[in-house]
Amino acid sequence: MKQLYVAPSPHVHGSDTVSKNMYGVLIALIPAFICSVIFFGVSSLIVTLTSVIACVLFEYLIQKFLLKQKPSVCDGSAILTGVLLAFNVPSNLPIWIIMIGALVAIGIGKMTFGGLGSNIFNPALVGRVFLLISFPVQMTTWPKPMGFDTSYVDAETGATALSILKEGLMGGKSISELQASLPQVNDMLLGNMGGSLGEVAALALILGLVWMLIKRIITWHIPVSIIATVFIFSGILYLCNPEQYICPVFHLLSGGLLLGAIFMATDYVTSPMTKKGMLIYGVGIGLLTVIIRDFGAFPEGMSFAILIMNAVTPLINRYCKPERFA
Amino acid sequence: MLKSFKIGGVHPPENKYTAGCAIQVLPTPDKVIIPLSQHIGAPATAIVQKGDKVKAGQVIATAGGFVSANVHSSVSGTVLDVAPVKDAAGLLKPAITIQVEGEEWADEVVKTTKNIDEFEKEEIIKAISDAGIVGMGGATFPTHVKLSPPPGSKAEYLIINGVECEPYLTADHRLMLEKTNEIIAGIKLVMKAIGVNKAIIGIENNKPDAIAKMQAATTTTMGIDVCPLKVRYPQGGEKQLIKATIGRSVPSGALPIAVGAVVQNIGTIYAVYEAVMLRKPLVERVVTVTGESLKNPGNFLCKVGTPISKLIEAAGGLPEDTGKVIGGGPMMGRTMINIDSPVMKGTSGVLILPESKSARGEMHPCIKCAKCVSACPMGLEPYLLATITEMTGDLERLEKEKIMDCIECGCCMYTCPANRPLLDYIRLGKGRTGAMIRNRSQKK
Repeated sequence: MKQLYVAPSPHVHGSDTVSKNMYGVLIALIPAFICSVIFFGVSSLIVTLTSVIACVLFEYLIQKFLLKQKPSVCDGSAILTGVLLAFNVPSNLPIWIIMIGALVAIGIGKMTFGGLGSNIFNPALVGRVFLLISFPVQMTTWPKPMGFDTSYVDAETGATALSILKEGLMGGKSISELQASLPQVNDMLLGNMGGSLGEVAALALILGLVWMLIKRIITWHIPVSIIATVFIFSGILYLCNPEQYICPVFHLLSGGLLLGAIFMATDYVTSPMTKKGMLIYGVGIGLLTVIIRDFGAFPEGMSFAILIMNAVTPLINRYCKPERFA
Repeated sequence: MLKSFKIGGVHPPENKYTAGCAIQVLPTPDKVIIPLSQHIGAPATAIVQKGDKVKAGQVIATAGGFVSANVHSSVSGTVLDVAPVKDAAGLLKPAITIQVEGEEWADEVVKTTKNIDEFEKEEIIKAISDAGIVGMGGATFPTHVKLSPPPGSKAEYLIINGVECEPYLTADHRLMLEKTNEIIAGIKLVMKAIGVNKAIIGIENNKPDAIAKMQAATTTTMGIDVCPLKVRYPQGGEKQLIKATIGRSVPSGALPIAVGAVVQNIGTIYAVYEAVMLRKPLVERVVTVTGESLKNPGNFLCKVGTPISKLIEAAGGLPEDTGKVIGGGPMMGRTMINIDSPVMKGTSGVLILPESKSARGEMHPCIKCAKCVSACPMGLEPYLLATITEMTGDLERLEKEKIMDCIECGCCMYTCPANRPLLDYIRLGKGRTGAMIRNRSQKK
C-alpha cells in the first residue's frame, strides 16, 4: 500500500497566506495612487516605481548575497514597503535620494532585524525619517498639484497645509489670519493640495480602509482609535483657543494622518497583537501626533508618533493580554 | 440572533456530504479487534483467554480503575488472542482478537419491561457503568464518572451536544433524525441520573431538519429545550457549548460541574438509552465515512472492533488519490497509518483526504498579524505560546500565559497565513508544562 501522510491536527487550512494580505493592502492603496498621479502627474509614477524596484532589488540582493537565504521577495512585503515609502515623500524627490531611502528602509529597517516579521520599526517609516533628517530641503519641497503633468521634478513647488500653519503660528499670526492661505476642506478630501505623494487624497485612503476591513486584512481598532484620539484631543485644544489651535477636521485631513492611521500604523509586524493593545497603541499615536503638531517644532508628527509607538509595542504585548475565556 | 460562544472561532467549509445518507448497518466482519484501552484512564483488564467462547454483549475486560470502563465483545465467536495489536498510529496496544461465529447475544441483553420513570438514579448509573459507556464525541471520558459529580457540587443543567461542529461529520446529525425518540428517552434517563430538571440540546443551525425534529419531539416534554446555535467552530467544544447555551464560563482548570453543567454527546445519549432500556452494552456505534474522492460516502452502524478498512470498503474503497486517512474530523482528528486498526468507542468518523489536500503549505515567518489571537476561542495568544515553546521553553512563563487552557481545537493553525505549526508547538509546550505542574504538586 502506498504511504499515507501523517501529521497532527488540524488537517485543513483556511487558505489565507502572507502574500494574500500583502497584495490586499497593495490593492487598497490603488485609489490613493490614482489620485496622486492625477494631481502630481507622471512624477508620482516614477517615484513609486523607483521606490518599489529599489526595495525589491535591495531585499533580493541582501537575502541572496549577504544572508545567503532563499529570497522571498514574491511575498509582496518589499513591494508594499516600496509603495509606502514612495507615498511618504514628495513626488519631485530626486531618484538617488529615493534609492537611499529604499536601502535604509529595507537594509536597516527590515533586514538587520532578521527580515519580514522580526523588525521592530515600520521599515518604510525608518526610510522616510532617515531621508527627512538627512535631506531636509528636498524632503520638504512639495510640488503643487498641477493636474496631470508629464514632466518630472521641474513642477512649481509650495508648502503643505501643516507647514503653512506651523510657519504662520511661529511667525506670530493667528489662525483666522492664516485661514485664506490654507486649503479648503473639499480640496483636502480629494487631495488637491501640496504634500507627500500618497497622503493627500483623504477619500481615496478611506476607500482603502473600507476595502481592508471588508477583506478582514486589518481590524478597525488601530485606525479608528488614532482618528478618534486626534479628533477629541485636537478638538479640546481647539475649543480652548481656536486662534492658536486649528480645528480637528483640519488635523484629520492634513499631512500623513490618514495614510499613517490606515496604512502605516496598521503594519502587522510592528503593531500590538491584542485588541486592547491595539487601542492603547492607537491612542498613543493620536496623542503624540497632536502634541508634536501643536506644540513641537515639526509641522508633522505622524511618522515620529508611529515610530515611537512601534518601540512601545513589545511592552504593550507583554502587558495587554486578550480577553481570556474565563 | 443565534446563540454562540463569544470569543474567537473560525468557520471552515462544512463539507457535510453525508448529511442526507441514512444510517446503514455494516455487516459483521469475520474478525474483530477490541482494544482494552478505548477510553481516557486506566486500560481495562482482560477476563477471557485464548480459545474462550464469547457471546455478543458479554464483558471481556473489566474496568481497570475508577476512571476506566468495561469492554464488551461486539460479536459472538472464539477468542483468537489476547495480545497487543497495532493501533491506528502503528503502535502496539493490548487488545482481544475474536473470530466471529454466528450471531448470538449474551443472555443479559434483553429489553427491560420497566418504564423510564421507574428507574432509580443509582440503577441508571450502574447500567451505564456496566455497559462501558464513554464519551462518544471523541474525548472518551467514562460516562458513569462524569455522571457522578464530586461531593459538594450540584448539577443544574444537562447540556446535550448535538453541535457536530467538525466539518464532514454527520453521525450525530443522522442519529438525531433517525433515533429521535430514543435520544429523548436517553436524555430523560441522564437527567434523572444527575438529578436535574433542565436539559438543553445544542444544535448548530446548519442542521435545520434535526432542529425541527428534536423541537417537535420535545414540545410535550417538560424541561427539555432545543437551542439552535450559530455555525461556528468550535461550537461543540465543551466550554464553548456551555457558554453558548447557558451563558456561563467554566473557570480555567475547572470542570463543567463547577458551573452546574454536565455535557453529553448525542451518540453517548443514544448509548445510554440502549444500555438502560435494552440492556445492551456499548458494542456498536455510528461512524461517518467520508471524503471528496470516496465513491459511496455514508454513515455506518458498525461493531466496535471492525477494521477501518472494512468501513472504507463499504464506502467504495480507498480512492486512488488518497493522501490522508483521519480518525475523526479534519480539525481535531488523528491521522492513521494502519487502516486495519479497529473502530473504537470514540471513532466518530473516518475522513479520507485526497493527496492535494494532505500536505501542509509552505511555512513562512510569523508576521504578527494577530489572526491567531483573534481566532483563539479560549482567549490565548497562540503565536506567543508557540514562540516560547520553540525559543526558550520557559515552562513557568507558559503556565502564566495559560497554556493549560488550550483545548487544541486548531483554530490558530487553521487561520495562520504564514502556515506556522502553532498547535504542534503548543501541544509540546502544554505537555511539558503539565508534567512540570504534576511534578510540583507531587513534591508538596
